[in-house]
Parts: sequence; C-alpha cells; structure tokens
Amino acid sequence: MVKPIWIARDPSACSGCRRCELACSMHHEGWMWPEASRIRVFMPFPGLEVPHLCTQCMDYPCVKACPVDALSTDSIYGAVIVDREKCTGCGDCIKACPGSVPFLHPGDNKATICDLCGGEPECVEVCTEAGYDALTIVNEGPNINRKLYSRDPIDVARDLAVKMFGEKGEEVIE
Amino acid sequence: MTPGGYAGKWLDVDLTKDKIKEVEYSDKVLEQYFGGRGLAAKVLWDKVGEKYPELDPLDPKSPFMVFTGPMTGIYPGSRICVSGKSPVSMGTVGSTAATEFANEIKEAGYDGVTFTGKADKPVYLLITDDGAELRDADHLWGLDGEKTLIKLNKEVTAELTKRKPNVGLWKDPGMIYIGPAGENMVRNAAVIAKICHACGYGGYGSLMGSKNLKAVVAKGRGSLPKVDAPEAAKLLWRRTHQHLIGRTGMRRQGTGYAGYSVGAETSSEPIRNWQEEWHDEKSYGGPMFEHRFWVKKKWADFNCTTNCMKISYIKTGKWKGDITDMPDYELQAYCGTNFGIFDPEANIHLSALADKLGHSGINGPNTAGYAVELHQRGILKDSDFGFKPKWGDPDTFDRIMRMMANREKIGEILAEGTYRAALKIAEMKGLKPEELLKYAVHVKGIEIGAHGTRSDADYTHDISYAASVQGGDHTSVAVDGYNDMSGAVFTDSAVFCNFTYYGVPQSLVFDFAKAITGFPITLHSWRSETGPRIVTLQKAFLMMGGPDLEWEPVKDDDNPPRFYEPLPSGPYKGKTTDKKLVDTKLQAYFETLGWDERGIPTKETLKKLDLGFLEKSMSKLR
Repeated sequence: MVKPIWIARDPSACSGCRRCELACSMHHEGWMWPEASRIRVFMPFPGLEVPHLCTQCMDYPCVKACPVDALSTDSIYGAVIVDREKCTGCGDCIKACPGSVPFLHPGDNKATICDLCGGEPECVEVCTEAGYDALTIVNEGPNINRKLYSRDPIDVARDLAVKMFGEKGEEVIE
Repeated sequence: MTPGGYAGKWLDVDLTKDKIKEVEYSDKVLEQYFGGRGLAAKVLWDKVGEKYPELDPLDPKSPFMVFTGPMTGIYPGSRICVSGKSPVSMGTVGSTAATEFANEIKEAGYDGVTFTGKADKPVYLLITDDGAELRDADHLWGLDGEKTLIKLNKEVTAELTKRKPNVGLWKDPGMIYIGPAGENMVRNAAVIAKICHACGYGGYGSLMGSKNLKAVVAKGRGSLPKVDAPEAAKLLWRRTHQHLIGRTGMRRQGTGYAGYSVGAETSSEPIRNWQEEWHDEKSYGGPMFEHRFWVKKKWADFNCTTNCMKISYIKTGKWKGDITDMPDYELQAYCGTNFGIFDPEANIHLSALADKLGHSGINGPNTAGYAVELHQRGILKDSDFGFKPKWGDPDTFDRIMRMMANREKIGEILAEGTYRAALKIAEMKGLKPEELLKYAVHVKGIEIGAHGTRSDADYTHDISYAASVQGGDHTSVAVDGYNDMSGAVFTDSAVFCNFTYYGVPQSLVFDFAKAITGFPITLHSWRSETGPRIVTLQKAFLMMGGPDLEWEPVKDDDNPPRFYEPLPSGPYKGKTTDKKLVDTKLQAYFETLGWDERGIPTKETLKKLDLGFLEKSMSKLR
C-alpha cells in the first residue's frame, strides 16, 4: 500500500536540543554521531535553530540528477533511498536539491538522505516526546507546496531572525 | 585501549612557540580524576608542581585548560569546563558553560586543550578532524562578544567550506571566546559562549586575555566517542531524558521566575550589595519578563531537554536590540536587585551588556555594586567615578561596567575584582583593609553567587561558601559531611550540567557513568574516593596560594562580615548566619575529608587518596 508521509518542520519551535540528530544517528549508525544524522540542526546564531532534512519533493530533482542511478524512491513512504554501492560521492544530488539537503557521509563519503526510518521516524518521536513539536509527521498525500520547505537553512534562519528580533534580525547573520 | 567516553587525545598548545602537540593521559589518571575540573587540577599539578605558589596566573607560563569529560555530549546537558590557576582565588576552579563547542571538540577527536605561553599577537585556535591550528584574530580583538560570535561563525564556516566544498553544507562550529573585559585582563572576567552562556567563576577570561587568545573554535565530523556498554548507554540516555522531560516547572520557567521569589519568599537575594536580601517587588515577577520580552520559551543546548533557557529581547526604546537569556536568576539578581534595579527591561539591558563586554554576570556586577556602596558610605567620591553614581540607576551601572571592562578611572581598580579592589582602595584612601573588606561580599576572592545564607531558607547554609574550595561559587557549595550537593564536583569533572543532574535518580546517573567509561564507578566510590581526591587537591592549591596572597587557614574559611549582620527587613528580619555553627560545621567538614583542624590535608589522607605528591607542599603548611 502506498502511504506517503513527510516531516513538517517548524524552526521557531525548535529548542536546538539536537536530540533528533542523536536519535537519527543511533538508529542509522548505531551510536551518537550528529554529523552523520540525516536531520541536521543549523544554528548560525544562538536562538536561531533550523532543523534541516529531506522534504520528498514530488519531482525528486536529486533522484533525477544522479548520474549513476544510485538514488531511488521508497515505494510505500516516498523516501529517497541511497544505494551506497552505486553512489560515487559526486555531490550532484546536493547541487540538484533546492535546499542542499543531502550531504556526504563523514564515514564513507556517500550521499546521505533521510529514509523516514521505514515510516516511523526516530527524530519525530523524540521531538514529540519532549513536547517541542518542531517536527511533525504529515500523513496527507503529497502536494506541490512541500518542495518549498526545501530551502537553504541559513536563508530560513535569516527569516526566523527577523521574526524574532525585528530589524536587529538583519544583523545577526553576516 | 582508551576507556569509553574519551576521544583519547588532548592538545597541548604552546602559544609562544606556536607549537601544537597531542598528549594522552593514562587510564589510571582518567579513572582517578575523570575529566574537566578533576583532570585539569591534576594536569596543573603535573605542569607546575611544588612551585605553584610562585606562579602568577596571568604570567605566560600559567597553563589554561579547556577540558571536556567522559560524559560530555553523551549524558544530557553538554558543557565545557575551563580551569587553571585562578587569577582571583589563586586556587583552581572548574568553571563550566553550556556550548556546542564541547561536543564538537570531541567529535573532532580531542577531549580538551591545555594552553601555555602567550601569542605575540591575538589568535584563535581552530580545531577540526584534521588537527588544530592557530589563526589570526587581530580583526576580532576589541570586538564585543556578540560581534565576535557573528564574525567567527561566518569566517570559520566559509573556511571549512573552502577546504571541503563537496561534502554539502557545513553546520556551524562551536566556540568559546572573550569580550573586552577578558582582553583587558579584568581579573574576574568570564569565558563566554553562545552570547549569554559563561564560564563565570574563576576569572578565566583574563587568563585567555593574558595569552592573547581571543577564542577557541571546534568543528568535528566524527562520532561522539565510543562507550564501554553502548546498548545500556542508549537505554539510560532515553530514561534520563524522560526524567528531565518530567520536570515541567523547571522546563517552563527556567530560573527566570526566581528574581522575584528568591527575594520575596526565601529572603536570600542580593539587594544593593547585600545590604538587604528581601524584596516584594511584583514588577520584577517572572511574568513581567516573560510577557514583554521572552521571544523563545524553549531554548536548549546540545542534548538537553531541561531547556531552562529562554531568550529575552528588547524590541523598543533606547536599549532596542539587546539579546540575552531570561535573564537567568543569577543575573536577574546581580544585574538587577543588587544594583537596586527592579525593572525587567533595565535588567535585560545590563545583563546583555555584561555578556557583550565579557564580564562574568555575577562577579563583575558584584564588584560594581560594591563600588556604589563605597560611594554611599562616602569612601569613594563622585570624582573617582567621573559622575555621581546612584542605586537603581541603570546608566550608573552601564557606565561602571564599561569602565571596568576598559579599565578607565575607578574601573582600573575595580577590574581587579572585589577583594583586591577593597585592598587597593584602602591603600588609596589611607584606611585599614578591614574597613573596606567589611562590605566586600566574597569568599577567597570569589564573589558570592546570588544565594544568601542569613535567612537559612534557601539551599545555601552556614558553610556553603566558607568551606568551599571554589569560594563564592553558588554552583559548587560545601555541604555538611560532603554529601548530595557535592554533586557539582562530579558534574564538573564528568562535565555536564547541574540542571540535568538534580532531578535524575543518582543511581541512574552513576549507572550511566559506568556504562560510558567502564570504570567500576558508583555513587559510593565517588563520594568516598574520587570526589574527595579532587576536592583535596583543589584545597591544597587554594592553601598554597601565591604569589600576591596567601589565605589564612580557618580565619579565611569564613563568610564575609556582611553575612553576620542581621537581615534588616522582611519576614526573616533579624536572622543572621550563626558563627558558632559555622565553626563547628567547618571542623566537621574538615574531619569528613581527612583534613586537620586547620583544614590542611593530613599525610594519611594524602596517602589514602593517592595524593602523596602533595606531601612536601602540605607539610610546609601544617
């Protein structure tokens, strides 16, 4: 059964605790490895914490850009799946992504992207457990708006800065 | 094989010679001193030894440590610990602050850094997976904390992107830095992180300034160090967080509601340099901060769900643009009530100013409040300040804090911290030191945190500060029989936050410590052996003192005179700290730790704690 989900993120609700990074890496890497986490919290200025992860664009530009067909989509949840055997670490998927979400794994240097943990994302679970709700699972079918969430996290932080600090927000990220 | 939780490598940086090398410490040393506060004391001894009393902390030879501990990053509430010979107490202090620098340095493969020497021009140290390097900080010297952070964040992220452009976006580095107060060697200046987090006690900002070291920056791409029992550690991690998440009051309000309640309820909040400790100023209540100024209510540092921090921001008026935390209770008191200020907006401004200048928001303002009391008593004159200082006037304290950071006029003397300023002003005015010291609220040179002892209704009591090896430090107080509250010796050495420790069952914390390190550590072993070892070593340093002062045993193990004045107002009016109780409990404290009646560790104790190396120095003091 096709049951696409995605993870909506609200940077203004993110505390910056980064438990999502710890939970993600414990699930995928077996131990706490924030830099290998598929969800990454950027903090260009204290208080501006931006969770950054794949939003599963309907047109999957990263999958299309891969020159060696290492990327595919999960047939149930719609996550982007990386074939680590095929991936050459060329970085074309990063360039194709409107938010530069993928990154090369600090261990094997292969493209690394959120796989939605088989439908039960660990990051959302710990965020919900702590009552932050900066990450929420959305069950409704995909729509075109989703892609708009895939933005450079520093641009997101710039917007958040103005929302929090008004004019001063223009100065806190150089 | 390195014990679990440690990256297994520390950096030794000689700033004079621009030489960086990697060092390791034996498993035995790690088990005996753990990390942070404990390990820093041991490393200091190994580098300085019996010549300790001759060492001027601000001399290039003086080592400055930036250490994590084995639990840093892994146990909730990640922090960094700085230490060395304290320019204020002449002992050592384990001074910690929450910052992602702490996990980043471990992810880069290092547990800490020891700096010696002095760079010939301003520098910062950049630590990455590829090693460490000193980089030019000429362009950062003189900048306030906020601008330093903004510039360094951009510069380092751009540099790392340039070095490895194809790995994707680089997340921001972690950093600790100093403001102008540290640069100008204001003796009690702080090491700052994340705009408003400070390693405040001990004056280590001045140590960085004395070395021309503006900042230490880390970005690692590795995992946190492997642990002894990973499956147990993962389970304990989840359980610990569940306890923290259950602390709803702490999470909801942080300490940001205490600026009213510690005065109104427990009469233990400093007001006008501790002339009073009670107030009932409802204008200073938590909601008045929250409703007008809190722009972020759930703000946490790495691996923390206590999220006691909230961000305050001033959106209008002459202080528009000031950002700080709630402020937390300590700064609500020291940058507020202690100045006679009960206006949330002025308090936020002065707290943000202290952060930007790089003052410790407790210690620097203690000295500023002290100066204004001396003016109140006619000892300091308008001419000493260049204006007429007034209690309750934000501009007065704005100016004094700037004068201290820049060492201008009376600021030059106040920059020496409350205790030394008292002695200098006595000399300047031709008065006896006692006449000045009776208003100086410090223990062993360390200005006292914002929890008084006179009402006996707060968590601080008779010997909390009097017996503490960290003097006035409110985060690490001495307790009868060296029990529960001595937990700070543990958290400062394992290096994580007090606020992720209290509220979690201690058996769980020590199970976690064991799962991480594999050491046979228990609550009992910590209380009977490791903790006392660290405290005894710190006590030895403190009593060795030097070069400009030597604390007198027992006589200086005491509260400041003000804590024996009766409280003049409030529900606890007339109450004061009981000197007889102090004397009795002090002796009991010494006895518990195996120190003689003058508080000098005995030969047997040194032997029992494997501190035999101290015997020669201690025999001189006995």
